[in-house]
Amino acid sequence: MMKTVRISDVTKDYGRVKAVRGASFELGQGELVALIGHNGAGKTTLMKLMLGLIRSTAGSIEVLGDNPAAGQFAGRRQLGYLPENVSFDAALTGRETLAFYARLKREPVASALKLLDAVGLGDASRRRVGTYSKGMRQRLGLAQALIGHPRVLLLDEPTTGLDPELRQTFYEVIQRLATEGTTVLLSSHALTELEERAGRVIIMNRGVKVADGSIEKLRNIARLPTKIRLKVAGLAPAALPSWLPGGAACRRLNGHIVEIDAGPEHKISLLHRATAAGSSVEDLDVIPPTLDELYAHFLREAEKTP
Amino acid sequence: MNALIIARKEIHQAVRNRWVLASTLLLAGLALSLTFLGSAPTGTVGVRALDVVIVSLSSLTIFLIPLIALLISHDAIVGDMERGTMLLLLSYPVARWQVLLGKFIGHLAVLAFATCLGYGIAAAALIATGSRIDSDSLAAFAAMIGSSVQLGAVFVAIGYLVSALVRDRGTAAGVCIGLWLLLVLIYDMALLGVLAVDQGRSISAAAVDAMLLLNPTDVYRLFNLTGFANVSSFAGMAGLAQSTTLTAKVLLAALLVWTFVPLGLAAAAFSRREL
Repeated sequence: MMKTVRISDVTKDYGRVKAVRGASFELGQGELVALIGHNGAGKTTLMKLMLGLIRSTAGSIEVLGDNPAAGQFAGRRQLGYLPENVSFDAALTGRETLAFYARLKREPVASALKLLDAVGLGDASRRRVGTYSKGMRQRLGLAQALIGHPRVLLLDEPTTGLDPELRQTFYEVIQRLATEGTTVLLSSHALTELEERAGRVIIMNRGVKVADGSIEKLRNIARLPTKIRLKVAGLAPAALPSWLPGGAACRRLNGHIVEIDAGPEHKISLLHRATAAGSSVEDLDVIPPTLDELYAHFLREAEKTP
Repeated sequence: MNALIIARKEIHQAVRNRWVLASTLLLAGLALSLTFLGSAPTGTVGVRALDVVIVSLSSLTIFLIPLIALLISHDAIVGDMERGTMLLLLSYPVARWQVLLGKFIGHLAVLAFATCLGYGIAAAALIATGSRIDSDSLAAFAAMIGSSVQLGAVFVAIGYLVSALVRDRGTAAGVCIGLWLLLVLIYDMALLGVLAVDQGRSISAAAVDAMLLLNPTDVYRLFNLTGFANVSSFAGMAGLAQSTTLTAKVLLAALLVWTFVPLGLAAAAFSRREL
């Protein structure tokens, strides 16, 4: 897999504040990567470093073969960026704005304008951007990021302000781009949305990368218990099924459901027992640890080790 | 090429925001009123109506053009940073100096359009009302318009330098007003005071020339009021015109230096800035 972005041992200080500390990772062609972490964790700083908007204090960065901080910008023609709070000149219309950005990327204006329909701004494209709502500006922001089929897409909180329907189309668009070979790095707070979509997750905490890998890999590392929920017939309130091994963490939920926290190594044996002949289990759900829980886990771990 | 794309957008925006309309109307209105009210002292028999207009109009320009130029330019960098549009623009394949140059071309085009049209209307009105105007006066008038645009370029560049250095828009506006007061009003008063106290004892003519070159508005004034013999006799600057060694070429070169030094410094400051 070809690498499009290389970050090696990058540190960025703003005076005394260390926004990023010794972060290293590589992003490959066609990867859809979620960058998560709470406010001030260094997500936006990393993106700005990749764009050359700020210079790193230490370490090296390479994006599409260029060093962005050295003023090389040939690679930026193949780069799309959506800032966190995107804003445009209020006096121009949506069409004029997009045409301007297409010209800067030396892309045909006509094909760029088609993006306006793709993000659902077709009707409003001749109105001034000053009259747009937050969601509409966000759509225009997406449209400009997609100009010219970028090879690297950096999206900072792309789905804030988008309605659920547009979120769906948005994810469809970036997933298609990723399968066509675009590297997509997106930061977000909406972890449940990312869970099914991101092939890889990078977790940042206070400028330090604390976890990096596919969700399955992170689950393996975190060893968080899987929740097994059983609906058991004829069980007295507060009682637990007799086949449960002693010491298993479990609880009763709303009267008739038993929830068991199963560690990765006990999961299968527990399921065997539950479905063995003679048990009165009527229904069963297996809920693997969510990205939310993984995120919380890695942050706790990061806080423990100074 | 990138600079031209940005210049085109700046002009587009200025037209949309009525900047072009407002500044053209302002300059045309003032030029016309000076043309007709200002010719009252010479009466209708005054053969050199346009020369009188040049004197009054260039005095007006010294106040107004720097103000308009600073109004357009003080916001150019820091304002776009505050609004967040600079962040997106710089993620595109453009160099920062191209952004600055593009804005400069765009803003200067707006200013040049307003000046040429606004002042041109005044000259056209004089011709239309039957004043006799010879080619000397016309040349002086054209030189006045050209140098007014150059003066505008100087203050656009100074505005960018302020805009590239300060942290927020309010500071930029404040610093620009201060600079305007200093260069347009205070500097001349202080210079005059020093010269009056000195009585020509220790300050040589060369030193006066140097001090005049240090203020772009004085360079402009010298160029227009002493550059053409007919005009300087009206302006009461004939005495200064004889004593100064600064030729029109030197003065124009000084205005160019006053444009490109602040512009270069602004580009340097802007390229070091982090967003």
